[in-house]
Amino acid sequence: MDYQYTLLIILLPLLSFLIIGLGERWLSHKVAGLIGTTSLGITAILSAYTAISYFTADRVEGIYQTLVPYNFNWLPFHDMGLHFDMGIMLDPISVMMLVIITSVSLMVHIYSFGYMHGERGFQRFYAFLSLFTMSMLGLVVATNLFQMYMFWELVGVCSYLLIGFYYTEKAAIAASKKAFIVTRFADLAFLIGILVFGYYTQSFAFDFTQSAVYLNGAAPAVTVEYSKTLAGAAFILPTALFLMFIGGAGKSAMFPLHIWLPDAMEGPTPVSALIHAATMVVAGVIQVARLFPLWVEYAPETLHIVAWIGAATAFYAAAVACVQSDIKRVLAFSTISQIAFMIVALGVCMPGHEHGVIDNHASLGYMASLFHLFTHAMFKATLFLGAGCIIHAVHSNEMSHMGGLRKYMPITHITFLIATLAIAGIPPFSGFFSKDEILAAAFHYSPIMGWVMTGIAAMTAFYMFRVYYGIFWGKENEHYKEHTPHEQPLVMTLPLIFLTLFTFVGGWAIPGSFGSLISATGEAYHIHLDPQIAITSVVIAVCAIALATWMYARPTQPVADRLQKNFSSLHTWAYHRFYIDEVYQFVTHRIIFAYVSRPIAWFDRHCVDGFFDFLAWGANRLGYSIRGLQSGSVQRYAFVFFLGTLLLLILMIL
Amino acid sequence: MIHLEYFLIVSAIMMAAGIFGFLTRRSTLAILLSIELMLNATDLNFAVFNRLLFPDGNEGFFFALFSIAISAAESAIAIAIMINIYRHIKDISVEKLQQMKW
Repeated sequence: MDYQYTLLIILLPLLSFLIIGLGERWLSHKVAGLIGTTSLGITAILSAYTAISYFTADRVEGIYQTLVPYNFNWLPFHDMGLHFDMGIMLDPISVMMLVIITSVSLMVHIYSFGYMHGERGFQRFYAFLSLFTMSMLGLVVATNLFQMYMFWELVGVCSYLLIGFYYTEKAAIAASKKAFIVTRFADLAFLIGILVFGYYTQSFAFDFTQSAVYLNGAAPAVTVEYSKTLAGAAFILPTALFLMFIGGAGKSAMFPLHIWLPDAMEGPTPVSALIHAATMVVAGVIQVARLFPLWVEYAPETLHIVAWIGAATAFYAAAVACVQSDIKRVLAFSTISQIAFMIVALGVCMPGHEHGVIDNHASLGYMASLFHLFTHAMFKATLFLGAGCIIHAVHSNEMSHMGGLRKYMPITHITFLIATLAIAGIPPFSGFFSKDEILAAAFHYSPIMGWVMTGIAAMTAFYMFRVYYGIFWGKENEHYKEHTPHEQPLVMTLPLIFLTLFTFVGGWAIPGSFGSLISATGEAYHIHLDPQIAITSVVIAVCAIALATWMYARPTQPVADRLQKNFSSLHTWAYHRFYIDEVYQFVTHRIIFAYVSRPIAWFDRHCVDGFFDFLAWGANRLGYSIRGLQSGSVQRYAFVFFLGTLLLLILMIL
Repeated sequence: MIHLEYFLIVSAIMMAAGIFGFLTRRSTLAILLSIELMLNATDLNFAVFNRLLFPDGNEGFFFALFSIAISAAESAIAIAIMINIYRHIKDISVEKLQQMKW
């Protein structure tokens, strides 16, 4: 089977970015949108075709082969044997990600026709969407760390551009800068990690076992025996991997680098759905999953630290999400929390004992994490797009401006409800299956972690239903009389329905279950629900939902108000996101700016600049003092010339 | 027979007067005259050297003739420039000719 056409999957969005971006001035809204959507539609079809042909191909020794249809030596360092390659690598993760990214992105493209209708910069929006899709696709199919890093940065740039899409608003500018700077600092750690890794192992490739199949002469100039150099670098690998994880934590909004994500909601809502829920923020998860064999083999202890970071993040984000009043912010914090679930699932993996280092049972979390990534992308995109419909209808993000919308917007209501049930972990919706696997993996690692994660899952159910009731139930807002909210056009509801379909069936409709496609070793893993864990988590989730129903479903919320009054300081703390942003503000402004940046700036201004200013001033003075020589009077020149001639004459005579 | 030295003394005086005039005069006309004086001093040397040292040759005379022709052409151009300048600024003193400098 040859996968030549996979190159198109990356090139088509790039092409449409170039066409729309360069022709922005001449294209009408409709044409620009159609170009972007069509090219993405083709990309999505190609991705789906790739997935079908990849997963139906025969396994070799029980695993799906890693295929590399394209690979070229992009930047060789001859004397060191190192080389940066660019290419396309197809393995179960990247194929799954191709499908997720293109399908969510296609839905967002279609949805944006309605949501961005008549906006200024409509073409620019579609150009950026295409560029973003291209970068994310390039990231997941990367054959090596360096290519991943390049596309990683491109994704960061696109995120910056799209968050700051409404560039006339101060908040949007601040948010885009914040996102860029925070992730940039994290990426610095990623880069250092890559360099340390490359220095000691002499390679950047993801193909750790050197078993990938290179198609039509794409094989790289192999210079090292990877397994040997990896073993030789074992002492430094935990450090390198953790540095890379810091980069991933920045993109995936792990505590304490999460601060950019809630602010990123300043961007248009389809962007939030695409970037800050479904695709970009999972880059960190993908990175850890890509390097998973190394984590498990060389740094299992560090991996568990990662798990605890994830657990802390999940708890923090869930706690904050319980009190936010802006629906997009609640969704943002729930995203942070769910991504943290995935990180936890990866983090609780342990090296196996019976069948080699990587073992499907010990590393159940790997499968669970990617499964959750898949289901989360679908239901979170549904939630965000639904939120976009609601915001479009009531022209506000605040929950206090909503309420009782279920009568006005039935389709949005049903889809939102299904997605909420999915994120809460109620069967038979997709979120239940993946979350259950994560909990099983967490319990397998330690009961404490298992109970912590179960508790957080309950919080998830609680805050999501709080939002759901706040939007669709309760008292109708009095503004509805003047401005009646209405269901959105088909172009916006159709993507919702499509994604909801995935949310509905994603957990159980995959032939042979998700584990047979993706697992830690690559061998088929049959998912079996642990009834004890499944029942516990469902019961707890139902209790949380019941609590939310009791507190928030009625027109007035006496219990919630009383709780808020009694625990007012806790509420204020949570509402202000535990003042993490303020801590950052304090540290950067009062400490770093005042005691580090300012002296450096002073040194720069007075010593460095002063030295060069002095040189310039000296040259200036010198020129001024001898400028009389160049008087322009020919007679004076002739006189000097004459004196010179005389002098030469005298010298010659002497 | 006049000695060679007398001719050279005359031409040296003419040359020195020409240089002095070129360096000190302020009127462009006087500067032009000084240049002519220097040229004539050179011409005199050419002629004298040819006549007294190499009586068989003619090169010195021809050189002098060339030089006279060129200086005539040069004077014509210089005077034309001066007339034009005079029409513009009603003066031909070098001190007044500063506007072309920058």
